[in-house]
This record gives sequence, C-alpha cells and structure tokens, in this order.
Amino acid sequence: MTTQATGKPLDRVDGRLKVTGAARFTAEWDVPNLAYGAVASSAIAHGTVRSIDVSAARKAPGVLAVLTHENAPRLQPIPEKIGETQFRGEGGISETLQPLQTAAIEYAGQPLAVVVADTHERARYAATLVRVAYEERPPQLAMATASRKTLPEMFLGNSKEKLQVTIGKPKSALAAAPVKVERVYESAITHHNPIEQLATVARWEKRGGADFLTLYDTTRGIEVLQEVMATSLGLPKESVHIICPFIGGAFGSKGWLYAPPLLTAMAARAVGRPVKIEWRRQDMFAVAGQRAATRQTLALGATRAGKITALQHDTQTHSSLSSGFTEPCARLTRMMYAVPNISFTHQLSHLHLPSPCPMRGPGETVGSWALECAMDELATELNLDPVELRLRNYADKNPETGKPWSSKNLRQCYARGKELIGWDQRNPKPRSMREGTQLIGYGMASTMYPAGRGEAQARATIFADGRALVQSATHELGNGAYTIFRQISADALSLPIERVRFELGDSALPSAPTTGGSVTTATVGPAAQAAARAALAALKNLAVRDAESPLFGAATEAIDAQEGRLVLKTNPAKGEEYGAILRRAKLPSVIAMGGAKPGEEKDKYSFYSFGAVFAQVRVDEASGSIRVARLCAVYDAGRLMNPKTAHSQIIGGMAMGVGATLMEATHYDPRNGRAVVRNLADYHVPSCADTPDMTVEWLNIPDPHISELGARGIGEIGCVGTPAAITNAVFHATGRRLRSLPLTPDKLAFS
Amino acid sequence: MHPFQYQRADSADQAVAAVAKTPGATFIAGGTSHLDLMKEDVHHPSLLVDVSALPLKQITAFEGGVRIGAGVSNTAAAYHPDLQQRYAAMSEALLAGASVQIRNMASMAGNPLQRTRCPYFRDPAQACNKRTPGSGCAAIGGYNHVHALFGASKACIATHPSDLAVALAALDARVQTTGPRTIAFPELLRLPGDTPHLDTVLEHGELITAIDLPAFAGRSHYLKVRERASYAYALVSCAVALEMDGPKIRRARVALGGVAHKPWRVGPAEALLAGQLPTEQLFQAAANAAFADAKPLEHNAYKIPMGRNLMVRALLETSGLQPMQGPAGTAFAASVGGVAGRLATPR
Ligand SMILES: Cc1cc2nc3c(=O)[nH]c(=O)nc-3n(C[C@H](O)[C@H](O)[C@H](O)COP(=O)(O)OP(=O)(O)OC[C@H]3O[C@@H](n4cnc5c(N)ncnc54)[C@H](O)[C@@H]3O)c2cc1C
Ligand code: SF4
Repeated sequence: MTTQATGKPLDRVDGRLKVTGAARFTAEWDVPNLAYGAVASSAIAHGTVRSIDVSAARKAPGVLAVLTHENAPRLQPIPEKIGETQFRGEGGISETLQPLQTAAIEYAGQPLAVVVADTHERARYAATLVRVAYEERPPQLAMATASRKTLPEMFLGNSKEKLQVTIGKPKSALAAAPVKVERVYESAITHHNPIEQLATVARWEKRGGADFLTLYDTTRGIEVLQEVMATSLGLPKESVHIICPFIGGAFGSKGWLYAPPLLTAMAARAVGRPVKIEWRRQDMFAVAGQRAATRQTLALGATRAGKITALQHDTQTHSSLSSGFTEPCARLTRMMYAVPNISFTHQLSHLHLPSPCPMRGPGETVGSWALECAMDELATELNLDPVELRLRNYADKNPETGKPWSSKNLRQCYARGKELIGWDQRNPKPRSMREGTQLIGYGMASTMYPAGRGEAQARATIFADGRALVQSATHELGNGAYTIFRQISADALSLPIERVRFELGDSALPSAPTTGGSVTTATVGPAAQAAARAALAALKNLAVRDAESPLFGAATEAIDAQEGRLVLKTNPAKGEEYGAILRRAKLPSVIAMGGAKPGEEKDKYSFYSFGAVFAQVRVDEASGSIRVARLCAVYDAGRLMNPKTAHSQIIGGMAMGVGATLMEATHYDPRNGRAVVRNLADYHVPSCADTPDMTVEWLNIPDPHISELGARGIGEIGCVGTPAAITNAVFHATGRRLRSLPLTPDKLAFS
Repeated sequence: MHPFQYQRADSADQAVAAVAKTPGATFIAGGTSHLDLMKEDVHHPSLLVDVSALPLKQITAFEGGVRIGAGVSNTAAAYHPDLQQRYAAMSEALLAGASVQIRNMASMAGNPLQRTRCPYFRDPAQACNKRTPGSGCAAIGGYNHVHALFGASKACIATHPSDLAVALAALDARVQTTGPRTIAFPELLRLPGDTPHLDTVLEHGELITAIDLPAFAGRSHYLKVRERASYAYALVSCAVALEMDGPKIRRARVALGGVAHKPWRVGPAEALLAGQLPTEQLFQAAANAAFADAKPLEHNAYKIPMGRNLMVRALLETSGLQPMQGPAGTAFAASVGGVAGRLATPR
C-alpha cells in the first residue's frame, strides 16, 4: 500500500452536502404524484377499539382514503429470526404487534388509523377528525406489579449472551465477604430523539406483471427492513427496494420497529399512489422505541484488601406486551473485573407502554452506571482510591468465558486519565472542595464496549478514467461512514481518496448488516478491502494478458498496485495506470465483488474496547444544579480510521452520556400510560451550555485479531462510563449518593 | 392543524376590528407560542390577525420610566442599553429564556401571554380544563412535577411559564391596551379559579400596545433554576427589585416564578424586608414567610426548599451581600449553576 488515507483526520466527505442542504434525507425525496399520510393514534394504553368513526375524516377536503383495522390489508407476522438475530418472543429485538391488524390496544399512541390526503396539511387535519370509541381496561404500568413477568434466557437469541447467569457461588461468597455493598439504582425511560424524525415514502408499481415496492425509509437496517417488509406483505424479497443514503441520527432507533414503513406501504397500496408519512416529534415517544427504565440491585462482596469475591447484579426492566426486548444491564458485570463468583439476572415486566429497543450502549450505558457507582461505593467502604480498587480487580482474561482478550490496555487508560484530570491533586475526601458557592468533585468509571464484527459484502468498480467506486448496503447515520469507507477503499485500491467514491444506503447494493452495536467499521471495512483487492486482481489479469502492457507476461503475484498504477514489485518504474489497461481493453470498467467475515479468532478471543472516563463537576447545592466542568476520557478502541470523525463520534457519545446523567427522562402518566413529555422543549437533551470541556485521547493500538485493519467500532463507547463518572463526582463533591437517573435539580434539593 | 384564515393588520385599529368581529379570531405576533399550539391541535383559531408589522416597536422614555412597544422583540428589549442597565432583572429574565432564535421572533406582548407548559395541556387526548373547559384536570393525580405551589384550584394547578412576566411583576410594570385602559401587571394574568381557560383579563380583541416600566432607581435581579443550563423553562425563579434608603431597604418587591398560575408576588415577605438592614438572616426569614403557605402536590414539593434557597440568594445578590454569577443584565447573572465547563473566574 502506498497511499495512506486511513488513520488521517480527514474532513467528513458529506459535510458540504449536509451544510448546504444537498444531502437528501428520507422525507425530502421528490416522488411524483405523492400523497400524504397522517396517523391517528390511541388515546388509551389498554383496551379495544369499540368503534372507529372515520366519516368526518373521509369527507374532509383532499382526503383520498382512511385505513383502519377494519379495512387495512392483512399482514403476515414478522419473521422469527433474521440472520442470527431473534426477532420475536422473550429476549427478541422486535415487537409482534403490527399496525391496523387488530382492535386490541396495547399502548397509548398505538396507530389506529391512517388518513391519506393530497397534501400534508390536509392529511394532518383530517386525522384529527377520526373519532374512536374505546372499551378501556386498566393498563399495567408499574414493573413491580405487572402480571406478566418473565426471565428471558438470551439477549436477541444469542447463546453467547445469556441473561440469567451464575458463575461460581456468589451467594455464599457474598455472605462470607468481610466488606459488602448492596444498593439499588434506578434509571428513567429515555428516548433517542434524533433530529430527523421517522419518515417513509412508499411507491408501488408493477414490474414484469408483479408487485414491486420501493421504500425510502429512515432505516439503519436496510436488509432487515427489506426482509420484514417482504415477509409481512407477502412479497419476494427481490420485490422490495429500500433506499436511504442519509440518516439524521438514530442512536438505536430506526432499526427494529416497523409500524411506520408498514403503514406507509399499506396506505400507498390503498390509494394507488406513492404515499409519504412523516411522523411528528410527539409520535417519536410512541413508535420510535425507547430505552426502558431499570431498577438494578448491585451486591458486591470484597476482602478488606479490596479483592472482590462476589458480584451480583439483578435487573428489573420492562418491555411492551408484544416485545421481549430486554435491556441487557449486566454487560460489564459479566466481564469487567476478575471476580470468581458472579451472578446476574434480568427480569422483564410486560407493560402497556411502547416497545423499547436498543439505545446507544444498550445495557452498557445504564448497567455500567449502576456497576461503576457500586464500585465507587465499595471504594468508599474500603477507604480505597477508586482507581486502585479497579486495578486490584483487573481482569487479565474474560472472567465468564476464560478466553484471552484480543487486546486490552486498560491500565494505560486509567493512568493517562488520572493525569489528564489531575486525579492525584484532588482532595479525596468527599465534600472537601469548593469554589465560591459551588462544591467541586471528581469521579471516574471504567468503560467498555463489545467489539463485534459481522459479515458483509462489497463491490468495487475501477473505471477507465482511473476513478473507482466501492459500494455496500451499509448506512450513514452521521457517524462518518461515507468518509471512513472511502478512506479504507482508497487505501485498498491504492488510489488517492479524491478518485474514490463510496456508496451505501440501497438494498440493491451488496449486503451489509444493520448499523448497530458498533460493528460497522470492523464489518464493512474488511469487505470493502476485499472487493477492492478483487478488482485490482481482475485488472492485473487483464494487464498480464495484454501484449501492449508493460506488465505483459508477468506473474500476477509479482505485480503491486501503487498510487493508481500497476507496477512490477521488483521494478516499480515498469508499469502503467489502471485506466490505460481498461482503455486498451475497450472496457469501461472492471467490477469485482468481495466479502469478509470473522473467522475462528471470534471463538479464540474475547473482543472488547476499553476506556476510563474521569469527570469533574460543580454542584450548586442550594438549587440542586449540577454542571460538568470537565470530562477526560482515554480509550483503547483499536486503530482509528479517522481521528477527526472518531473524535466527533466520541464527544457526541459523551455529550449523550451527560444527557443521560443529568436530564433525560420520559415520564408516562401513571394512570393512563400516555407519554407526558412529548417535545424537545420538555424532553431535555444537553445544550452547548451543558456540554463541558472534553479531553479525549486514544491509545490507538491496533487490535491484532479483529481484522487486518485493527479497527474496532467506536459508535457507542462514549455514552458508556460517562454517567457513572459524573455521578461519582457528584458524590465526591457533596458526600451524597444519588442513585436515580437523571440527576435533575429536584433530586439534590429534595432527597 | 385546523384550517384558518390569515390577515396582516396595518394598524392597531384594523387589527382590533378584525379580531373583535370574528368569533375564534386571535392576534398573532412572533407566533412562537401560538403556532406551536395550533400544530399541537390545542389552539384552533378561525382567523389569525398578524400584528407583527404594526408600528409598535419603539422603546421610549415615559414618565421617568420606559415605554416598550408591544411589538418590540425580546432580543431588542433585552439588549437595549438603558433597559439592561436600569431594569437588569428584565434583561436577565429575557436572556435566560428560550433561545436566540425564539427571542428574535418573540414579542414583548406575546411573551407574557404564552400559555402554560403543563404537559397535559398540550396533549388533546388528556383531560384539561384549560384546553377543554369541563373535561377535568389530568395533572391532578398525574405527573405534576412542574405545577403550582400557590393559588391553584380544583380545576387547574398549572404554572405560568414566562420568565419576563416574573420580572415585570417585580418591577410593577403596567400594560397599555386598546381598551383603552391601563392594567397593572400583576392583574393582567389571572389565577385559575374555576375558569382556568382564561389566562388573562384581556377582552376578545383587546390588543396590548405597550408595556410601561415605572421609574425605578434601585437594583433588580432575576434568578432561574432549570433542568439544563440553557433553553429550558424555570423550575423555580425569582425576581427582586430593591430600593435602598442608605444602608436600609426602603422597599423590596419579590416575585416568584414557576410556582403559580401567574407571577407570585410575596407580600408578607416584602413587608418583612421593608425598613430593615439587609442580612442573610433577614432574607431567610423573608423566604420562610414567602413559602409558608405553599401547598405541595405529589411531585413538586422539591420547589419549596429550592425556592427558598433561590429567594435568599436572589436577595443576597441584589443587595450586594454576595456577588452575582455573571454581569448584571445578562443570562449569566440569571442562570443558577452557570454553564458547563470550568468556572471562568473561580470565586
Ligand atoms: C422551545 C421553546 C422554549 C421556550 N423557552 C422559554 C423560556 O425558557 N422562558 C420563557 O419565558 N419563554 C420561553 N419560551 C416562550 C417564548 O418566550 C414565547 O413563545 C414568546 O415570548 C411568545 O411571543 P410571540 O410574539 O411569539 O407570541 P405569539 O405566539 O405570537 O402569541 C402568544 C399569544 O399572545 C397573543 N398576542 C400576541 N401579541 C399580542 C398583543 N399585542 N396583544 C394581545 N395579544 C397578543 C396571541 O394571540 C397569542 O395568544 C419558549 C418557547 C419555545 C418554543
Ligand atoms: S393543570 Fe391546568 S393546564 Fe394542566 S391539565 Fe390541569 S387544567 Fe389543564
């Protein structure tokens, strides 16, 4: 490889498009003859539709059709599994309730009717005219008293992620431990709230006499959506085309819940015109998924020397009536510390609330908050420095599986983080530091994120003008995918980055998985490399058979690609440009496919990214206001593809962690289950004024086992760890333990 | 949103006539409150009469005080040098509210007329006497975290969200209308009683033309606690206007925000302060008096200790016994807790 684009802090390649408004988001597609859908949804959380009167809506100006459960087409159930991911049932990722199939109501905000009209405004107005009479039943809204409680066995059907686990004898070890900490931590329901709201445009046509559906949708799971739509609508998969070149943020939403695209497809079919449904911000609190609330009981037993002997983590959380999604809170508990006796459980209460789904750092964000706060409490009990406690329990291998880490340099993260924040200069005594009316505190937490890798395909095309295109059906969520895959492709093609394009966001492209779980770089990167190399191999084959080529007759292994030229390894002066080979062959391009997937290393090693987060806070105790003064974080996340986009990802994640800690919460009415907070004036995400100075450093040590790129994903780790670091700093500042997220001013002022 | 007619008024008379003769007609100024509520299916005006182009945009000297045209933007009023200096509480309240973009659109008359942030009011599927008289009040027995400590009724427990209104109440502002009449500011807004759908005493078609700030030679200040450092409504706020007589307080006016259906002037506390030397102890006593009659609900009892502390601090800072958190007349002075990041000048 001669060019080197990976590892450079390049600007986002789609930055200009986005700033100028030229990037086309789902709701912006200009589809001819478009009609507009608006949804009327359930006012109640539990019961049935006794009758639904659409006559006024039907008569309103511009209305083309009104769909309800009485006249909507029947849908087939969503698949049990897609790929290796369990969709239905306990521990599964999606909901089985499908829109407009039943009179039964399972949550407030459940879509009950779609009104289609010739303009957006008319559709919205007509939707307010739909009158529903309910047979109301009392909803179940409290985890503790829910009549249906389950203990899901596995997270998403993954046999490597069991949700009820006992290792060793934690009960007796805890009983015997000379030092114990047992605490309950609670976290509120939160919502992803990406700026781009859900939207779908559906267009039906006949192709070869058969139905064909084109769907522009805000999805970060193109292939999964294609399969769900095909199954539910009874179409062959090839007859569903999904397009989504840009996503305005997802954070875990936009992947696993399908009422929006299904409703749009049904509506478009009913009116025989393309239909668009754009959801309102209020609806995002009903149909877009959420992070469920948790009530986590942590019990730690330790020797006086600070060796943890027992660790128990029991989570109560909730899902909807038709989903079994379970916030997997023990993800750190199971692997973070060298503890011989560990147990964890997850109890799921099925409530009349909207379905939850993954949200940035599913399980990790709130699970690590509870664990790392309990660790801090244990350090206090032991009168030990919180970092030292972690070092004394440092895990040199995965305690659950016994497997070695693929790469772990967490000690370095702790040490550097301490330096950055000035850990040793603080007065460790709680409530000992002050600036004016404000108390000052320092806190820290370990953090990690599983470093997954899946299978993906890509296609590379080298054109006769010396440019190239690499394509794969992955997604751009604002994460920088266009940029880093262009970098990776350019390097693999030995071309300058300006001559390479990367395309994504279309189900017609080679297969890539849902963008989630921070696996995209490690999954699609190697596929792009493989495709690029296959294209170069094809080009070499052309050259060595072309009598006019300087490389005629050479063995392909003797040829190298350098800066857009194929050359002899032994004599780089001898060779020619890619384009020249194609032009002589009268070929417009050479095209090759490539794929990549993890191999047996997956079973040999335990793959994780690690990090340490340190926070300094200022607490105005009289008012209960907490401000984060500084966050310093050091990550061991493998080799970075692009330090600039990586930095943005991480500080975005850390800011989201600030939100989760200090302000984000969605309240549902305790009696009727309606979301009480439904807009961004009342659902607070951090403003610039809440966003502290953030210092982020990377060890940038390649993971030798994950792939040749040595890169692990970084999408979520920023969100994890930050909440506990801040909460622990609040304790250090005030001497008070707050065990309920978010830490809004009322909690300090009145707890 | 329901269909509606729209008309732009060229004169106050024309605006008044258009609204007065049309049932269901309303004025619209910046639209930042009204339009949201229309989109949320809460307001259904038949006709919008746009008053944003009316010549009501002057800030002029008036009887030793200042007259602010109803159409002056929140931004223009907040940064007006004379106002910022003489009526610091008002600039602080404005600048600690909403966002730059909203303040640029928002008018001085529209701001105190914005409607409650009670979340139930904004959800047409919930019972709400303010939105739909007679439907009940879902906030009672529901999630009432942001609701009232004072002056609530069995029909409504909502609070008034405007920061500006709290400052105007402490400054004894007066409102000029096309009545024509002058309404003393605290009387402009009503308590809910059994007519919570009426926020104000304005008649249908009565246009506010100006807000008058009477002459004031003391110090005024506004403090606000909120769930994020910027761009959030107050949980509790406090405006103080102090006039001194040598070392003693001649007259103190204190209004609390976020605790009632209108800015809550605390008469008994004001009486305690008058004629006294400013001390922390005195301020504590005043704050205790101010909250003595507070009636907490299920989720808002935190506002009592928070409000007391805030009032003490507002008095300490206004009287100079404690430094302000930022330059007077700015959002930094008003924002309790300040912004994230390190303190610029550790105190
Ligand atoms: C996201 C968000 C956050 C906000 N945060 C805050 C905050 O923190 N603090 C705060 O105080 N405010 C906040 N606001 C509210 C904002 O200050 C008000 O929306 C704004 O001041 C209203 O002014 P306007 O000119 O836009 O009023 P409009 O929306 O145009 O009108 C409001 C009402 O006043 C009536 N009206 C307007 N002009 C006149 C007149 N001359 N005479 C009689 N009636 C009239 C209208 O008929 C309408 O009923 C926020 C608003 C939003 C959207
Ligand atoms: S408190 Fe007032 S505004 Fe809120 S629901 Fe009750 S009546 Fe409506």
